[in-house]
Amino acid sequence: MTKTPLLGMASADRRLIWLAASALAVLAILPAFGSALAVDKLTYLFILIMFATMWNLLAGYAGLVSVGQQAFVGLGGYAMVRMVDAGLPPFPAIFIAALCTGVVAWAMSWFVLRMKAGEFAIATWVIAEAIRAMVSFDPIIQGETGTSITALNAYAPEMRRLTIYLLALATTALMVWGSWKLLQGRTGAEAQAIRDDEEAAASVGISTFQVKQRIYILASIGCAVAGTLWLASAITFQPRTGFGVQWSVFMLFMVLVGGIGTFIGPILGALLFFALQEIFGDFGAWYLAGVGIVAILFALYLPRGIVGLWLDKGRDEPLTMRKRLGI
Amino acid sequence: MSQIRAEPMLRARGVNKSYGALKVLLDVDFQVAAGEAVGIVGPNGAGKTTLFGALAGSFPITSGEIYLQGQNLAGTSSGERCRMGLARTYQVPRPFLGMTVFENVHVAGMSGAGLSSADAAAEGADILRDTGLLALANRPTAALGLLDRKRLEVARALATKPHVILLDEIGGGLTEAELGALVDLIRQLQASGMTVVWIEHILHALLRVVTRLVCMAEGRVLAEGNPREVMAHPEVQRAYLGSSPE
Repeated sequence: MTKTPLLGMASADRRLIWLAASALAVLAILPAFGSALAVDKLTYLFILIMFATMWNLLAGYAGLVSVGQQAFVGLGGYAMVRMVDAGLPPFPAIFIAALCTGVVAWAMSWFVLRMKAGEFAIATWVIAEAIRAMVSFDPIIQGETGTSITALNAYAPEMRRLTIYLLALATTALMVWGSWKLLQGRTGAEAQAIRDDEEAAASVGISTFQVKQRIYILASIGCAVAGTLWLASAITFQPRTGFGVQWSVFMLFMVLVGGIGTFIGPILGALLFFALQEIFGDFGAWYLAGVGIVAILFALYLPRGIVGLWLDKGRDEPLTMRKRLGI
Repeated sequence: MSQIRAEPMLRARGVNKSYGALKVLLDVDFQVAAGEAVGIVGPNGAGKTTLFGALAGSFPITSGEIYLQGQNLAGTSSGERCRMGLARTYQVPRPFLGMTVFENVHVAGMSGAGLSSADAAAEGADILRDTGLLALANRPTAALGLLDRKRLEVARALATKPHVILLDEIGGGLTEAELGALVDLIRQLQASGMTVVWIEHILHALLRVVTRLVCMAEGRVLAEGNPREVMAHPEVQRAYLGSSPE
C-alpha cells in the first residue's frame, strides 16, 4: 500500500495555538493586576465562548439545530440551587449539577433525537418551556420570583469573583480543547457526515443515533456548566431568566456571525457579540437594534460569517478541521 | 445457472415491502454466493432499488428474512450491516456535501472498516487512485459533477472494506471509455474475492461482469440464471422490453 500521509497543521495555525496558550497564561494571572470590573466582564466573555462552542458542536457539526439549550442552562442552575440547599458547597455543586443535567439530556435524547430538522428545533424549545414551568412549581424556587444562592455570600466578594473567574477560564479552555480533540477524531468526521446526509452516513457504517446522542449530551453538559457559572456570578436564580430563550438566541447569533461549522468561527462570534454588548449595552433598546443591524449586515455581505473572509477567497479558515491529503 | 454454494454470502427469503396498500416487493427470494457477480435488471419501478434498500437495512421490511453469511440481519441497523461487510451505493449519488472527496472516503474507512485515522487515510488514497479521483481528493464534493459523484459513491462504499457491494446504476451517464474503466474496476474487485450485486440498465457493461442475472418486474423476481437465457425468457422480454420475441 502506498502511504499517502495527511497534511499536517499549517505553521500559521501552530503559531495561533501558541498565541492562545500564551493568552491563557496571561488571563490566568490577570486578576492579580486587573480591576474587579474587568474580571467580571472577562468571566462573562468566557461563558459566551462556552455557549458558542457548545452550540456549534451541536448545530454546526452534528446538524442538530436546537433552540432549547436554555433547558440545560436553567436545569443546571436549578440543580445547583437544590444541591446547595441540601448542604453541598456551591463550587463543587456547579459541576455536579452540570453532570446531573447530562443525565436529563441522556433521557431526553431518546425522544428528541428521533425528530429531524424543524421538528427537533421546536421540540427542544417546547421541552425547555415545560421544564421551566415544572421548576417554577418547586416551592423553593417561589414561582417566577426565584431564589438566591445565599451560601455564596459566605465567601468574601473578591474571593468569590476570583474563584468563578478561574473556574470559568479553566472550563472554557477545557471545553475549547475538548471540542478540538473531538472534532479532529472519528466522532467529528461522523457528526459531519450525519449532518450532511444521515441515511448515507448510516450506509458507511456510522451508528448515527449514538454519535448524535454523544454530542447532544456533551453540548448539554457544556451549556449547563456555563449556565451555572453564570448563576454563581449572578447569585439569583429566576426560572424566566435561567430558562429564557435568549440563551439560545445568543448562541445562534454568535455561531452564525462567527461562522457555523468551523472551529474558530464561534469564538470570533463570541468576541464580536461581547464587543457589541459593551458598545451598545448602555443604550437600552438601541442595544437590540445594534445587534439586529449587525446580524442583517452579516446575512447580506458575509453570509458565512467572519470566517467567510478566508473561505470566500478559497482558503481554509484558521485552525481548520479540514483533513487534506498530501497529493 | 451457476452453482450456488450451500452457504450463500447474501440471501433474501420471502421479502415483502409495502407502503400502505402499495406493495413494492412481493415474496422476493434472492441469493448470491461468495465471490459471485450478479446483475439485477428490470423496468423502472420493478423494485430493484427497494430490494437494495431492504438488503442494506435502509428501512424495515414488512416481512421476510435476510441473511449475510448465514447470519439473520433482523433487527440490525444499516450501520451495523455495513460494518458486517455489506456496502451499497445510491442511484442518485448522496455524497457528504460539506466535506471534501477525501474526507468522504476517510470517514467511511474509519466507521465502516474500523480503521484508525492514519490507516483510513492511506487506504482512502489508494481507493481514490483506483477510482480516478485522487487528483480531486481535496476538492469539496459540492463542486463535483455527476460522473465524479458516481465514482465517489463506489469509492466510499469500497472504503468500508465490504464483502458484498451493492451497486445501483453506477454506469448511467458515463462515456464508453469511462464505462470500460468502471467495468475493469468491478472485475478487479470480483477477482479479489468481493461479491458484487449490480443493478444496471446498460446491459453490455453488465454482461461483461456478471455470471448470473436476476430480472425483476412489479416487485417480483421474474427469472434468474444464465444472462442470455434470462434475457431470452418471454416474460422478461415482455416486462423489460415491452414486447415478446416473435
